[in-house]
Amino acid sequence: MEVRGLGMLITGGSRGLGAALGRTLARRGGRVALVARGARDLEAVVDEIRAAGGEAHGIAADVGNKNDVYPIAGAAAALVGPIDLLIHNASSLGPTPLPFLLDTACEDFEKVLATNLVGPFRLSKAIAGSMALRGRGLVVHITSDAGVVPYAHWGAYGVSKAALDQLGRIWAEELGDAGVRFLTIDPGEMDTAMHAAAMPDAERSALTRPEDAAARIAEILASAETIENGSRIDAFAWRPAA
Amino acid sequence: MTPATRPPDRALDERLLVVEPGSGRFEDRRIRDLPRLLRRGDLLVVNDAATLPASLQGTTSALEPIEVRLARVEDGNGEWTAALLGRGDWRMRTEDRPPPPFLPAGEVLRFGEDLAATIGSVSPVSPRLVTLAFDRKGDALWEALYRWARPVQYSYLEASVSTWDVQTSYGSRPWAVELPSAGRPLNWELLVALQRHGVGLASITHGAGLSSIGDAAADALLPLPERFEVPVAAVEAVEETRRRGGRVVAVGTSVVRALEGSASSNRGRLTPGAGVTDVRIHGHSPLRVADGLLTGLHEPGTSHFALTIAFAPEDTLTDAFRHAEAAGYLGHEFGDEMLILRDEAALG
Repeated sequence: MEVRGLGMLITGGSRGLGAALGRTLARRGGRVALVARGARDLEAVVDEIRAAGGEAHGIAADVGNKNDVYPIAGAAAALVGPIDLLIHNASSLGPTPLPFLLDTACEDFEKVLATNLVGPFRLSKAIAGSMALRGRGLVVHITSDAGVVPYAHWGAYGVSKAALDQLGRIWAEELGDAGVRFLTIDPGEMDTAMHAAAMPDAERSALTRPEDAAARIAEILASAETIENGSRIDAFAWRPAA
Repeated sequence: MTPATRPPDRALDERLLVVEPGSGRFEDRRIRDLPRLLRRGDLLVVNDAATLPASLQGTTSALEPIEVRLARVEDGNGEWTAALLGRGDWRMRTEDRPPPPFLPAGEVLRFGEDLAATIGSVSPVSPRLVTLAFDRKGDALWEALYRWARPVQYSYLEASVSTWDVQTSYGSRPWAVELPSAGRPLNWELLVALQRHGVGLASITHGAGLSSIGDAAADALLPLPERFEVPVAAVEAVEETRRRGGRVVAVGTSVVRALEGSASSNRGRLTPGAGVTDVRIHGHSPLRVADGLLTGLHEPGTSHFALTIAFAPEDTLTDAFRHAEAAGYLGHEFGDEMLILRDEAALG
């Protein structure tokens, strides 16, 4: 997929991997709309991208809120044109330190699902139809190995990511013939504020920098057409087809 | 005709009146029958404009309440066209609402917590039609519009509609200020079935405008000039359809205006590009691109009905409408539909 001139929307764009993806893809000529709840952090990322000569726009909204879906999808398309690349990167751990499932409040479990699973479903619902109509488009779900391995304490988050992985596969099954591609990408453990909240004692030097993960994901996107639709990819284990 | 009073939840079960202009026959079908009514090689052209929440409640400088309905999305120059409505709410028909106070150029209107707009010019035809310049642009303006505006509402509905209720399943840029309603029942189950059946899909973007302002002088101007874009892919799909002897079926009157507007300003040829069209289609309009039309049921005498006469004789359409009315079809934005296929026998 050629990124230059492409309309793209990245959720969770004010920090960590989302901000790094915004910077990386804007540098490669993408027209980037970034979504995050915090307007101030978002503005800083947008200003930085613009100062570097890229195109970026900020939309302050909550992907976990149904009422915010059209404000996100509509404003993004108005600002960068029809969305050809949608990256669902925003996610929530729920309360930290991460509790046992038995100690997780029902409301907290639901809130994590709202942001990590229902939010991406709703936003894709508002955007993937226009991709299918144009016969092209790529939707990326950012996932985690917590969706595959049953780590204690990672209940709500792990369940949300496992379901997100399946969501991507079913989307691909339904819209593949219409030309819309879905990829689920696990960037590995990154040195982000979110990781620090979940695992405050982790050795930071062992973690991937978000910029490196973003560069890796940009490489994967460039080869997206060669990857089986609906695939779940470990970003750093992936190798381009020979 | 009785209006549909709520957004239906089973799109494929909605009724479809199929009208055959040549024979003057019509038949009752359902939306789910579309793949059987169209043929391999036919092309459906839809309007992929998403619907902007276009109604802003605000106050004038004299603190009088005012409703502003955006009529045309600005085109890079910061100038929006808008209609002003007086007191009252969505439960009142627009024509029953008192006129808004006269507001001259330079008047500042305020919306929500902090959004403001200045009237740039007032139409010589009706003081309800103005141009507006907002106090911000880009990201900040779109965010404010989505925060403070609501979708244009319809007095015949049981409840107010949300932004979710006024979208098609394939909308993208928010250029329409009211739902391009002919495409509303086309869900993806149906669109995929049509594609599997060999029916092509193409899209244009057309900024469908307001259906009613509530003042005879202003309403006589509808549809106002509307912004549209015809992509290269749509032109190629139409040309390919022509070469293979297929039919081009417009989904909605806004698609007819975009296709025929583009053709009429390019010596009869559909041409890629963006523009503003003020084309009015009526019974004597030559159709250069569209062979068929999927649309709502329009009452004889309305401007939408006049457009359909370009596709079928007026008598046939009047008979069809009377039949639909008697058979309990529902009208307006969330109502049933009609398929007119020119020159070809659609009915068995």
